Amino acid sequence: MAKFDLNDDGVVVVIGSGAGGGTLANELCQKGIRVVLLEAGKRQSIETFVNDEWESFFQLAWLDKRTTSGSWRVARDFPNLPAWICKTVGGTTTHWAGASLRFQEHEFRTATVYGEVPGANLLDWPLTLEELEPYYAKAEDKMGVTRTHDIPGLPGNNNFKVFYNGAIRAGYRGCHTGRMAINSRPRDGRTSCQQIGFCFQGCKVGAKWSTLYTEIPAAEATGRLDLRTEAFALQIQHDDSGKVTGVLYADGEGNQHFQRARIVCVACNAIESPRLLLNSASAKFPDGLANSSGQVGRNYMRHTTGSVYAVFPEPVHMYRGTTMAGIITDESGHDPTRGFVGGYELETLSLGLPFMAAFLDPGAWGRAFTRKLDLYPYMAGMWIVGEDMPQESNAVTLHPSEKDRFGLPIPNVHFDDHPNDIAMREHAYRAGRKVYEAAGAIEVWEVPPYPSTHNLGTNRMSANPRDGVVDKWGRTHDIANLFVSDGSQFTTGAAENPTLTIVALAIRQADYIADRMAKGEI
Amino acid sequence: MPKYVLDRRRFLRRSGQAVLAVSAAGRVMFFDPDRSWAITLEVFDERIARTLLAMTRTLYPHPSLGDEYYAVVVEALDAEAKKDGATATLLAEGVAKLDQALAVPFTELSEGTRTEVLESMEGDPFFQKVRGAVVFHFYNNKLVWRHFGYEGSSFEYGGYIRRGFQDLGWLPDPPPEVSPPPYLG
Repeated sequence: MAKFDLNDDGVVVVIGSGAGGGTLANELCQKGIRVVLLEAGKRQSIETFVNDEWESFFQLAWLDKRTTSGSWRVARDFPNLPAWICKTVGGTTTHWAGASLRFQEHEFRTATVYGEVPGANLLDWPLTLEELEPYYAKAEDKMGVTRTHDIPGLPGNNNFKVFYNGAIRAGYRGCHTGRMAINSRPRDGRTSCQQIGFCFQGCKVGAKWSTLYTEIPAAEATGRLDLRTEAFALQIQHDDSGKVTGVLYADGEGNQHFQRARIVCVACNAIESPRLLLNSASAKFPDGLANSSGQVGRNYMRHTTGSVYAVFPEPVHMYRGTTMAGIITDESGHDPTRGFVGGYELETLSLGLPFMAAFLDPGAWGRAFTRKLDLYPYMAGMWIVGEDMPQESNAVTLHPSEKDRFGLPIPNVHFDDHPNDIAMREHAYRAGRKVYEAAGAIEVWEVPPYPSTHNLGTNRMSANPRDGVVDKWGRTHDIANLFVSDGSQFTTGAAENPTLTIVALAIRQADYIADRMAKGEI
Repeated sequence: MPKYVLDRRRFLRRSGQAVLAVSAAGRVMFFDPDRSWAITLEVFDERIARTLLAMTRTLYPHPSLGDEYYAVVVEALDAEAKKDGATATLLAEGVAKLDQALAVPFTELSEGTRTEVLESMEGDPFFQKVRGAVVFHFYNNKLVWRHFGYEGSSFEYGGYIRRGFQDLGWLPDPPPEVSPPPYLG
């Protein structure tokens, strides 16, 4: 592995090693560019991952204190855990379920297609599906997405069997085992899925794509990656001309270092990325870096989610096998006759007993609750993932008084459901109930959203610098050598799980950065 | 050093049966006459331990699971109270409040009445502390998982690819185009 000098101002510094940052770092290294990759977490491996929900949570999750506000139930149930994302090499690609869906054409131009939605800060992406398609294809190939590139689908587990039978009986037609970045056959030096059932806890055979054991080792093999773990980015600094000069970070012992850089790419997920830009405020940029639009931290989106669990007369054992084992796509289109704009996917999901106790009905107790848990082997489960409306008031902001161990303000995450989000969730709960009742459910439970796994929109792309933070390449409108490389770039959230789009954007951004560097324009 | 030891045998299955004694090392022991299990306590006295045990059972009742599984939660709370004085105070004061709710101690109340007392305290940080501890420590006990039919870690057994991930027989199998056969190498 390479080791670059702190004063080497020819390197690209990428902050965050997840889907966006890990992919970008590798793509740049493959093109001959030297990269310093700062990762706040430690490095785990398929050997150190554990098939244990809580133990794994404490191994992988981002647990630094955050606060919440707003009317979302997460603020009440998990006031200091707005998001369930990771602080570890590979970021949340260690934890994700693997669903890899392309956005639909109209989802890149929702302001145009959906029209005026009161209270929503909708905006068209400065990018079309057509422009992104070649990069989607590259991302799918890189990640080994099933049902693309002649890769067979995964076998459905028991949870899928219930889901599929219910879906068909309820009249749905778009139900299958999904497009998953989980090997259904050995591929790319990684084995195939063993149906372990702990996708969320880090895949212990490496069948699920994660930058931890794909992009990052590939980048290391080039000799051009300097990965620094437990390196917590504190501030991005700039010179008098307004160009960024490097990143101040703290190492695992708390010692601070300043790494000089030719280019800085921020990929810390949609809470820490805007936080870092806001915490980098200076005399020249008093509102934070790249924030002339005032949109840094705004338009926080988390997908309209919720779960539906049901109990059947016969055992299901939903936890056996792939956590996200299948999808119903019929509701993903834009059909305003349903009473809302945008669409949603239904995807199977399961939780082990410890997390089921924590998430089935947070705060609940007593016999009514324990009776539900006693039915655990008879449960099947699904998750709703739908497009939520960007709202300027849904925002990541700096806490006015609480500071982290480095003395920097911690982030507060404010979220209120938009009426469209509520209408969509209610529709999806009804749809989920219909599916499970068609499959013979005795009881169906609507389960509130978990802490957010899809965090989006807080440094959004816009054609006009007035409306957003970055341009169509993820380059900040205000600062030519500062990029955003994660889901915070998303102009709108679409109905699909975001990782494939984050990876596609990172591959595309790497092409752009390499091209501009070669031309001496950055 | 441990102050109390709870004996692990049907401990407090009916509350009020535990016995308090002083050990040879000068520590106080706390055990059920049957002595089949024990937990180590360093902060709580008998009344606190007994009351918290009754509270955990009332919060998350699973009648077929013995007290020893709930005692794990009490043990964890005791360990936390040892580390953090504020937690120790919160729990001691909370227990006092439970006992003062009615004319008889909390452990002497029926389950229905205990539930009513707890309902009246739902907003209390003490209540939330104990409730959260049960959710975390009780349901995270591998011995408890068997009761719920949850099999836990599967990697060491090769996952479920050959162990029933699609053994559900009471619904038709989906067609191979939506659910291809597994790759078995």
